Amino acid sequence: MNHSSSKRITPEDIKTHGLSEDEYKKVLEVLGGREPNMVELGIFSVMWSEHCSYKSSKKWLKTLPTTAPWVICGPGENAGVIDIGDGLAAIFKMESHNHPSFIEPYQGAATGVGGILRDVFTMGARPIANMNALRFGDPKHPKTKHLVSGVVAGISGYGNCVGVPTVGGEVNFHSSYNGNILVNAMTVGLAQQDKIFYSAAAGAGNPVVYVGSKTGRDGIHGATMASAEFDANSDEKRPTVQVGDPFTEKLLIEACMELMATDAIQSIQDMGAAGLTSSSFEMASKGGMGVELNMNAVPQREEGMTPYEMMLSESQERMLIILKPGKEDLARKIFEKWELDFAVIGHLTDTGRMVLKFNGETVCDLPIDPLAQASPEYDRPWLASTKLPVIAAGDVKNVPWRDALKTLMSCPDIASRRWVWEQYDHMVMTDTAQRPGGDAAVVRIHGSNRALAISTDCTPRYVKADPHEGGKQAVAETWRNITAVGARPLAITDNLNFGNPQKPEIMGQIVEAIQGIGDACIALDYPVISGNVSLYNETDGTPILPTPAIGGVGLLDNLDHMTTLAFKAEGEAILLVGEKEDAGWLGQSLYLREVCGEEKGAPPPVDLAHERKVGDFVRGLIHSGKVTACHDLSDGGLVVALTEMALAGKLGCRLENVAGHAALFGEDQGRYIVTVKASDAIAILQAMKDAGLPAKQIGAVGGSTIFLAGESVELDALRKLHEGWFPTYMATAS
Amino acid sequence: MRAGVIVFPGSNCDRDIAVALEQSTGKPTTMIWHQDTDLPSDLDLIAVPGGFSYGDYLRCGAMAAHSPIMREVKRRADQGTRVLAVCNGFQVITEAGLLPGVLMRNKDLRFICRDVHLKVEDSQSAFTAKYKVGDVIRVPIAHAEGNYFADAEILKELESEGRVAFRYCNDEGEVTDAANPNGSRNNIAGIFNKSRTVLGMMPHPERLADKKLGGNDGRAMFDALVETLA
Repeated sequence: MNHSSSKRITPEDIKTHGLSEDEYKKVLEVLGGREPNMVELGIFSVMWSEHCSYKSSKKWLKTLPTTAPWVICGPGENAGVIDIGDGLAAIFKMESHNHPSFIEPYQGAATGVGGILRDVFTMGARPIANMNALRFGDPKHPKTKHLVSGVVAGISGYGNCVGVPTVGGEVNFHSSYNGNILVNAMTVGLAQQDKIFYSAAAGAGNPVVYVGSKTGRDGIHGATMASAEFDANSDEKRPTVQVGDPFTEKLLIEACMELMATDAIQSIQDMGAAGLTSSSFEMASKGGMGVELNMNAVPQREEGMTPYEMMLSESQERMLIILKPGKEDLARKIFEKWELDFAVIGHLTDTGRMVLKFNGETVCDLPIDPLAQASPEYDRPWLASTKLPVIAAGDVKNVPWRDALKTLMSCPDIASRRWVWEQYDHMVMTDTAQRPGGDAAVVRIHGSNRALAISTDCTPRYVKADPHEGGKQAVAETWRNITAVGARPLAITDNLNFGNPQKPEIMGQIVEAIQGIGDACIALDYPVISGNVSLYNETDGTPILPTPAIGGVGLLDNLDHMTTLAFKAEGEAILLVGEKEDAGWLGQSLYLREVCGEEKGAPPPVDLAHERKVGDFVRGLIHSGKVTACHDLSDGGLVVALTEMALAGKLGCRLENVAGHAALFGEDQGRYIVTVKASDAIAILQAMKDAGLPAKQIGAVGGSTIFLAGESVELDALRKLHEGWFPTYMATAS
Repeated sequence: MRAGVIVFPGSNCDRDIAVALEQSTGKPTTMIWHQDTDLPSDLDLIAVPGGFSYGDYLRCGAMAAHSPIMREVKRRADQGTRVLAVCNGFQVITEAGLLPGVLMRNKDLRFICRDVHLKVEDSQSAFTAKYKVGDVIRVPIAHAEGNYFADAEILKELESEGRVAFRYCNDEGEVTDAANPNGSRNNIAGIFNKSRTVLGMMPHPERLADKKLGGNDGRAMFDALVETLA
């Protein structure tokens, strides 16, 4: 092998490539004592980055439940796959693009959307819905507004152009994200079960084909950047942020779909983080193959690119395909029709080695398996979290309910997100049956009367206070939201965002949150089928709130059963279902934070057996056709939920049988509001009692106010507060 | 009625409008690739769909207007074949000169996706025959460049010839500034050519043509086309 073009590796090179001394020793072992050249060092660096190797979290991720009779493919592929009946599969995943989005919010968020779309359509699925989970810093922080504006515009600019509806998501604000925002994007796609494509390469001699955009110098070392903490100089890393082109992505989707309808593809994978390196290594490794690539054949955007740059570039909108023998012409025609680059850049071998040639010389010769599969795995030390005291309701200030309600409806974490989702095309593809603003988005399965329900959730303040309960709660809330629209929750994707795992207290958050997620998945028959881990979310040593964002997907077998949260008609009975005797949990509630100015105490516990029992009953009741509206109780508690229902339905309510700040604003889990015809109420309450569920009627729909204990608040005033915060905030000069 | 939908690279409402057309026609719609130079001889309706043709690069609709198929679309339009151009399609046919005026950036510079109310200003065309003048219909918009602009002379011509098809209004049918989502002159949401055989509009009638999606005020347009052109 020719080493003439490569200088000797210095300790500085090793450091800038993010490898520890021990890891470099392992590099030398893999190479049998030989020093790597720069191309090879670069490849080790990205393949063993936290982002690509999951080296800190792997041990714990393995404990998550990933199987169920309806799971076709769990974690390990580009995205997870579940059986949704009628020969169809839903394919989905959520992925972070946190670090790039902080440095360059528009492109960071846009390419986050592009990347997750490719993860899904590379498996043969047409993307039918995008979701996102966004976390920003304190609204008062000088950078926040700029970041919100850029991220939302980036998601909008990319998602709208590719023509996949962005149907929902979540937005939170907290000072812990001041220096490190979170942009988690999720895509859900639909495929025929007999037309799912995987990434394991097979067939020595089969052509390795590169399609999509040309390779440029953008995004080099993106995966390594995403695996390090930020500091004050992070803006200098702007050149490592990729630039997206949604138009090319749209063409790539159509061209891939067209090729997938033929019998030409042996395996396929997108070039995401670590670009050509990770796609080629992963495909070869999974199939136990070797690869030989001619770097001169890689379509290049710029002149004079080196193999090092080509292997580490994270240029967007590119895919790597292993074609079946003799299918090159057929495939080439399709990509030429869509005006995309198409190049045969190499072939599979049976050597198990990655050999790269450039100008006729071998510039890299690495064994694939030790790199892709034997990457480091750490059992990092972790500290169990300290249990916080349970806050007694009596120790929390009792603010008059009308004042508290007004404060909550207009606080940044509850205020309407209309300003955000009206910038997303949430209707293209004309199957959006439930738009943003409800408990879960509902997207019809094209050409049928069935639908998928999708929700992303996490309550980071709960996870910080108790990672185990918080992990459970994030899963349970998606399950509850999907249930509230009448769907059967099937599986989740998890996007685990945490700080520096080398700090034992952060590692403790990771471990306990994963355990909580696992407990909830088991209790709810709701496995994890895909996911992503984003660590080192810290700036100058300050970590984010631990944020294991969960994206859940469920199935509505009959779209006619779909419920919304809007109150429907005057006089209907309002039932509170699932509230236990000792309810009134104010610890870590938004009431405590927004009204009393305190973030403290243990978060509400999640009784998973109770959760399941209540949810299954509510879903059954919805399917019986008796439920006119349904909403789960979460942030802000009972009165906030009722106000949301009232605003959506443009109908007020009169409440009775509830009083006191703990009952009105407590955030106890496992609860729903349902409305039913007044004439059905007694029978339904009896049925709930017979089933052993706590339930009571707490009032009736009607009027133009929220009326309680002789006092009322006009809906119009609440609407102004609720709808007003976001546009006012974004329009105010900072 | 035989309908064809033009597909440019970057079109993304092509399937949506085909679905809405097929719901009313009961027949398959022909998808026509932008590089074709011929249209089927028996086409009754040409739909130019929404999306981001050519990624909206250069200027929305500017590149698609020069696609090979557009020469034939113009020829057919001149012969009286009905053309329904929605959203990006409207941008394309203004760029192609089939309709006057331009679509500029929305007044608040952001993409907007929401239902709007439209006041029906004409019921004499094949597109609007099932509406009554003064009807208020609810149809979604989804665009960043829907701010209709034309100079005073053209506006006068459009108004005096009754060629404004739809105007943005509130839910009570009042044409107000507050009900104008994008800054369009005279609250214009859609216009006809002189013979009322070409309709360009920013709102998407195909998006609310199915009760399962929360409304079907748009369906009457497709039904009217079928009745008129059957």
